[in-house]
Amino acid sequence: MKIHEYQAKELFAKYDVPVPKGVALSSHWESYDAALEVGGDTFVVKAQIHAGGRGKAGGVKLAHSPDEVAEIAENMLGQTLVTKQTGPEGKQIKKILVSAAVNIDKEYYLAILVDRKVKRLAIMASTAGGMDIEQVADEQPEKIQLEHAQYNCQLFPYTARKIAYGLGFRGRLARECARIITNLHRLFMEKDCTLIEVNPLVLTHEGSLLCVDAKMDIDDNALPRHPELRRLRDFEEENNLEILARRYGVDYVKLDGQIGCMVNGAGLAMATMDVIKQYGGEPANFLDIKGSANKENVVKAFKLLTADRHVKALLINIFGGIVRGDMVALGILEAMKEVKVNMPVVVRIEGTNAEEGRRMLAESSHKFILADGLAEAARKVVAVLPGGNR
Amino acid sequence: MSIFVDKNTRVVVQGITGREGSFHTRQCIAYGTQVVAGVTPGKGGQKMDEVPVFNTVAEAVAETGANTSLIFVPPDFAPDAILEGTDAGLELIVCITDGIPTMEMLKVMHEVTCAATRVIGPNCPGIITPGQAKVGILPGHIHLPGNVGVISRSGTLTYEVVSQLTKLGIGQSTCLGIGGDAVIGTDFVDCLKAFEHDPETKVVLMIGEIGGQAEETAAEYIGLNVTKPVVSFVAGLSAPPGKRMGHAGAIISGGKGTAHAKLEALQAAGVHVVQDPSQIGLTVKDVLAGL
Repeated sequence: MKIHEYQAKELFAKYDVPVPKGVALSSHWESYDAALEVGGDTFVVKAQIHAGGRGKAGGVKLAHSPDEVAEIAENMLGQTLVTKQTGPEGKQIKKILVSAAVNIDKEYYLAILVDRKVKRLAIMASTAGGMDIEQVADEQPEKIQLEHAQYNCQLFPYTARKIAYGLGFRGRLARECARIITNLHRLFMEKDCTLIEVNPLVLTHEGSLLCVDAKMDIDDNALPRHPELRRLRDFEEENNLEILARRYGVDYVKLDGQIGCMVNGAGLAMATMDVIKQYGGEPANFLDIKGSANKENVVKAFKLLTADRHVKALLINIFGGIVRGDMVALGILEAMKEVKVNMPVVVRIEGTNAEEGRRMLAESSHKFILADGLAEAARKVVAVLPGGNR
Repeated sequence: MSIFVDKNTRVVVQGITGREGSFHTRQCIAYGTQVVAGVTPGKGGQKMDEVPVFNTVAEAVAETGANTSLIFVPPDFAPDAILEGTDAGLELIVCITDGIPTMEMLKVMHEVTCAATRVIGPNCPGIITPGQAKVGILPGHIHLPGNVGVISRSGTLTYEVVSQLTKLGIGQSTCLGIGGDAVIGTDFVDCLKAFEHDPETKVVLMIGEIGGQAEETAAEYIGLNVTKPVVSFVAGLSAPPGKRMGHAGAIISGGKGTAHAKLEALQAAGVHVVQDPSQIGLTVKDVLAGL
C-alpha cells in the first residue's frame, strides 16, 4: 500500500524524525490559512499523488507569500499531473501539501528497503541527493553506500554510524544522522514497511538535518496486523473497481483496453494479458480470481468486468489444475444466472475433465465461444471485438 | 535423477488436519509420494487417514524419518512452522502459504540460511518429480517424466507451460514453483545450479515475471555457469508500472523490474527467449531437436 508524502511525514514526526512544518489540504480555500499556520516567508506547495517525479512535472512550486500559495493551490488542485511514473494518462491532484521552504546547503539520499537478492533489510545512502537514484546507481555507483541489517532485521548502532560517517557527517551532525537512520528503521519495523525513501535528506543553511521528502510503502500482507494503517489508504487514488475488487478478495488492476480478462493465478493472468497483446488486442484488466473458479468467485469477477464500460468482450482462462473442468463450467453457468453478461464470452478451460466442461458450456443457452489453448483463445477474443480493436 | 525430491523423499505435512492440508495430502499420496507423517500441535496421536499425526516436527522426524516438510498453515503461523522444520533438521521445506508479511520472511530466512535446510516458497505451488513424488498442490496428471527442468515464479502459469510440454510429448525431470513473494527461499540460481548438475535434465525452462531482479541475476549466472540450453518466458510485458499484479513480488517500481529489461538480460546471456506464452512448448521442442 502506498501512502502520501504528508502521511509519511506525519509518521516520521511521531518517530522523532525531523521534517519541515507543513499542512495538507484538499480545498484551495484552506491554503491561505495553511500558509499562515506554517509561517515564515517562503513556502513550497507540493502535489500529493502516489507517484514520483513530481518536481520535474510541475507538481512542486515555490511561493513567496500566503497569497501566492493560495494562487498556486487554486491552479494545482484538480489539475492532472503527468510524471514519468504516472503513465501518459497522469494523475489528478486532489491534495496538496503546503510546507515551509528550507535553505538547502547540501542534499543527500537515504532509504530503507528489502534487498530481495540477499534476503535482508538494506539501508541505502548517497551524497547524490535530490536526484533520480536509479540514474545515480547506473552512472555513479560509487556514490551509493549500501549496508544491511542483521539478525531479526535489527539495525546495530555501528551500521547507522557507518552510514552517517560515510555520508561525510562529523560530530553533532553524524550523531543526528545516525539517530534519524535508527528512528526510520524503528518506523520501518513497527509499521511493516517495504520501503522508506527520503530524497532529499537536507542539511540546512542553519546546520540541521531535515527530511524534505518522504516516501513510504506498507506491506499489504502485513495490513491485517495494522488496523491503524488502513485509514491511510487514499481511495481517491484508486480506481473504483479496484476498491471493489479488494472487498471481493480478488486481485484486480484496471487497464485501458477492451478485453476483460478472468483468470486463475497471477502469473497466468499476466501471461493472458501478454498473449492478447501478441494477437493485436488490448487487455482491459488484470484479474486473478484466486483460489478455485467456483460460482461465488466467478460472480464477483463478472460483476467487476461488466461494470467496466470499456469492456466489449470477455476472455475466461481457467487452468483447472486439481479443480475439475466440469466444476469450472458449472461455476461459470451458475454465475451467468446471477450477472447479466451482454457481450461475447470466450472460454478456455484446461485441466481434468476439461472436455466435459467444454461440452456443458457448448450445450448451454449462452453463446460461449470455446477455445483450445492460449493462442486460440486470444485470437478468438480479438476477432469478436466490434469494429476491430484499437 | 531429478532435483530436490524423488521417490525416496519422506514427507511430513505441517497443518495436515486443516482443509487444504488434508485435501492435498491425499492428492500427494495418490500420486505416489511417501507422506510419512503430519503435524498439528495438540492433535498428536491422531491419524489423518493412515498418516500418523504428531505434535511437533521433531517428534515426526524421530518417529518416521521424515526429511521434507510441506506447509499448509495460515500466514500468521507459517513463519513459525518454517522455523520448526529448520530446527528439526529437515533437508527441504516447501511452504505453500500465501500472505506471509515480508518482514517475517526476512527474519525466517536469516535463520534458514544459517542451517542446512532448503526452503521452497512461500506462496508457491510446490515441486514435482514426475512419476516419483509430488510435494505441493500441482496437478500431477499434467506431468510426464522426461528431460526438461521447469522453474517458475507462478502457479497456474507453471501448469500452463507443463501442459504445453506434455501435449507435445515432452517430459519433465523436475518442475517447481519458487513462489510469487518478494522474499523467497530457493531462487532461480539455486535451481539452475541443481539442474545443471542433474544428468537427467537436458533443457531448462525458466518462467519469470515482472518485479525484482531475480531474472537479471539468473541471466548473469546462466551466462557464466550454465552449459545446458535455457528457454525463458517473462510474464508481464503488458503490465503497467507501479501496480502490484497479484503476486506481492510482481511490481515494476522506479523503472526497475520490467519484463523488457529481463528479456534483454536473458537474451544477452544466450537464453532462448519466448515472447508469446502460447509458443513456450514449441520453443522447447525446437531447442530439444537441436541438441
